Amino acid sequence: MTTIDSSPEQAAGSSTIERLLATDADWLSSTDSKKTGRLFVGAGLLGLLATVVVNILVSIERLDGADVALDADAWVQLFSAQRFGLIFGSALPIGMGLALAAVPLQVGARSIAFPRLAQMGFFMWFGGFVLACVAIISNGGFGGDPDMVDLFLAAHGLMVLGLVAGAASIVTTVLTTRAPGMTMRRVPFFAFSCFIYGIGLLLTLPVLLGSLVFLFVDHRSGEGLLFADGVSEYAQWAFGQPTSFLYALPVIGLFAEMLPVTFAKRTPFRGLVFGGLTLVGIAALAGATQQTAFEVPWAGSQLYVGDSDDVATKLGDLVPWALFHLLPLLGAGIVLLMALFLAKPEKGAKVNFTAAFPFAVFGFSMVLVGMAGAALLPIVDLGLLGTVFDEAALVYVVYGLVLGAMGAMVYWSPKLWGVEVDLKAVAPLSVLGLIATIAASFPHYIAGFLGQEAGFTYADSDMQIWNVIVLAGHVLMALTVLAFIGLLAKTVFRDDVESLADDPFDAHTIEWATTSPAPADNFVDVPMITSAEPLLDAKEANRVTEGSDS
Amino acid sequence: MEALPAGPAPAPRNQIVAGATIASVAIFMLTGGMLGVWALERREAIDAGGSWLPSGVVIPEVPSNVMLIAFLGILSFAHWAQWSANRDDRPHTIFALAATAFVGVLVLNAQFYIYSQMDLGVADGRYGSMFYAVTGAFCTLMIVGVVFTLVALFRYLGGRTNEREILAAHTVIWYALGLVYSAIWFVVYVTK
Repeated sequence: MTTIDSSPEQAAGSSTIERLLATDADWLSSTDSKKTGRLFVGAGLLGLLATVVVNILVSIERLDGADVALDADAWVQLFSAQRFGLIFGSALPIGMGLALAAVPLQVGARSIAFPRLAQMGFFMWFGGFVLACVAIISNGGFGGDPDMVDLFLAAHGLMVLGLVAGAASIVTTVLTTRAPGMTMRRVPFFAFSCFIYGIGLLLTLPVLLGSLVFLFVDHRSGEGLLFADGVSEYAQWAFGQPTSFLYALPVIGLFAEMLPVTFAKRTPFRGLVFGGLTLVGIAALAGATQQTAFEVPWAGSQLYVGDSDDVATKLGDLVPWALFHLLPLLGAGIVLLMALFLAKPEKGAKVNFTAAFPFAVFGFSMVLVGMAGAALLPIVDLGLLGTVFDEAALVYVVYGLVLGAMGAMVYWSPKLWGVEVDLKAVAPLSVLGLIATIAASFPHYIAGFLGQEAGFTYADSDMQIWNVIVLAGHVLMALTVLAFIGLLAKTVFRDDVESLADDPFDAHTIEWATTSPAPADNFVDVPMITSAEPLLDAKEANRVTEGSDS
Repeated sequence: MEALPAGPAPAPRNQIVAGATIASVAIFMLTGGMLGVWALERREAIDAGGSWLPSGVVIPEVPSNVMLIAFLGILSFAHWAQWSANRDDRPHTIFALAATAFVGVLVLNAQFYIYSQMDLGVADGRYGSMFYAVTGAFCTLMIVGVVFTLVALFRYLGGRTNEREILAAHTVIWYALGLVYSAIWFVVYVTK
């Protein structure tokens, strides 16, 4: 496949408006996956802002636990809009955008596979998202106006199709367009995590699409028999844990990617890290094979082992829970272990602290806390099911993903825009994002243990303080996103842009061997790959040569 | 910049075939998910003491069986097109692709014949809406398959006779659709 791009300067006339229009047309019609990816991320951040507004509305409604201003239908619509926005309006497009922007560069491809398909995927997702927002605003969430509910279901299906198109493009890129010599064992961690992410989406999203088709036909025909309970039975798995672990996989990959760069060491146990990332991807199977919620309903008899029937029953409960919750957690734990291994102080070792690293660390750790919380959820004895604990775990994962995505944009900003974002400006923002995420989630962990139900009301007025903190957390997250967009725009559009080194972070992977910013076709000459850290090899070889020369 | 040595031109890695295989996986998951929900709803209806197939509804079995047999023809023609293209046999390639598209349209026609013969509306309970959802999704996939065949045909007619990978991908897609219909045939038309 070829990348067909013309520069806006060539395509436009001389006036400012003509140039702006040409630039817009250039972005909207480009088959450069770096542009398509940034469109996905930008639109995903806007979707996140809209979702944060919904979160703030929910939090305001929860401030007074004794009284509810909204009617019951509006409750349902607000909660469905919250989950829909967190997953399909924010987490998925942001993850998809990162993958589209960075994976072709990382694997040494001159273009993503099927660039027009990827671009079409963005427009399908974006068109579906706009239509879904129109439907929700026009009283079209579940329980609303029937025509708008139909529109919402159709728009959601369109979004799913767009994301599947993007996932197919990413998986094919990793499979077929790697640079010469780049075996699968030499694929960078981020690209590998995106490969698993893409496969997971291809396995799960079509299943959701099938459910949406059923629900649409049933609801559109006026019957609504399936719709009455089918939404919760056949579609809800896509909006919660453990499927959400899959959506956060690119952030775990980014964290693994940044560790060797930050600690300036070669990555040990690459195969183990690949295994860890794949284990997180196993969560995808939860969506495809385990559509109903699974629980560990032992009712206080965990330590009691009865007859063989009792053992069989307990194993039957335990195995799916362990498979879909503990294995992904183990996978993320392996990446964490590698972090500790690389961070071990050594004589003469240097730390290469980049602006993106705080975001990557905070994003990964928030995702990990969300995964750990989600693993506790199905244990019935803890009494967390049906409480705000579930919502908190999802917010942890999605906001963690957003923090990681900001780190990814900062990390690859030299290749995407030809600029380097200042560490001094980024560091406070990453701390603000961390505080926002914890404030928006952790109080609901506590409130969940105290028994606050997932709705708007609660009997115990002592719960109010946790809901006030959550409201503050969502407001802080909105501020973080706005400030990040402002910082990025200020950095990208400043007038005094200096030419940037191709490899400003002393990195190891081949995207840093091309110019900053990377050209539309990524590499002038596709390099030959002889190891998992080709750039590090080249630097060491140069040092040896210089040493022998002197 | 650390200059990495330029590598040789990457060998062709069957990108379109890989893409078609990935698309096939997505098609399997779509159909598998839909048939899974179908099976659950059917079991619930039967466990509740009722009947899944509404009384008075008769599924025409002959066209559904003919559709299955027609897929043998489609796959043979798709393979024939690939085989001929590999031997630079342009007339046979074009004929085989046209025949593939034609039989694909016949399958669609048989599906619409089933709709016309069944006394079943889309609003006739869960069975009605789910039947039309499953078979409608299959029809959409068939239309995609026929369009793919026509694209391959017109590319070939346009002189792109060296691009044989698309014909391999074309065969992969028709295998996927054949497997999908086999599952639908068994679950929807045989098990009922």
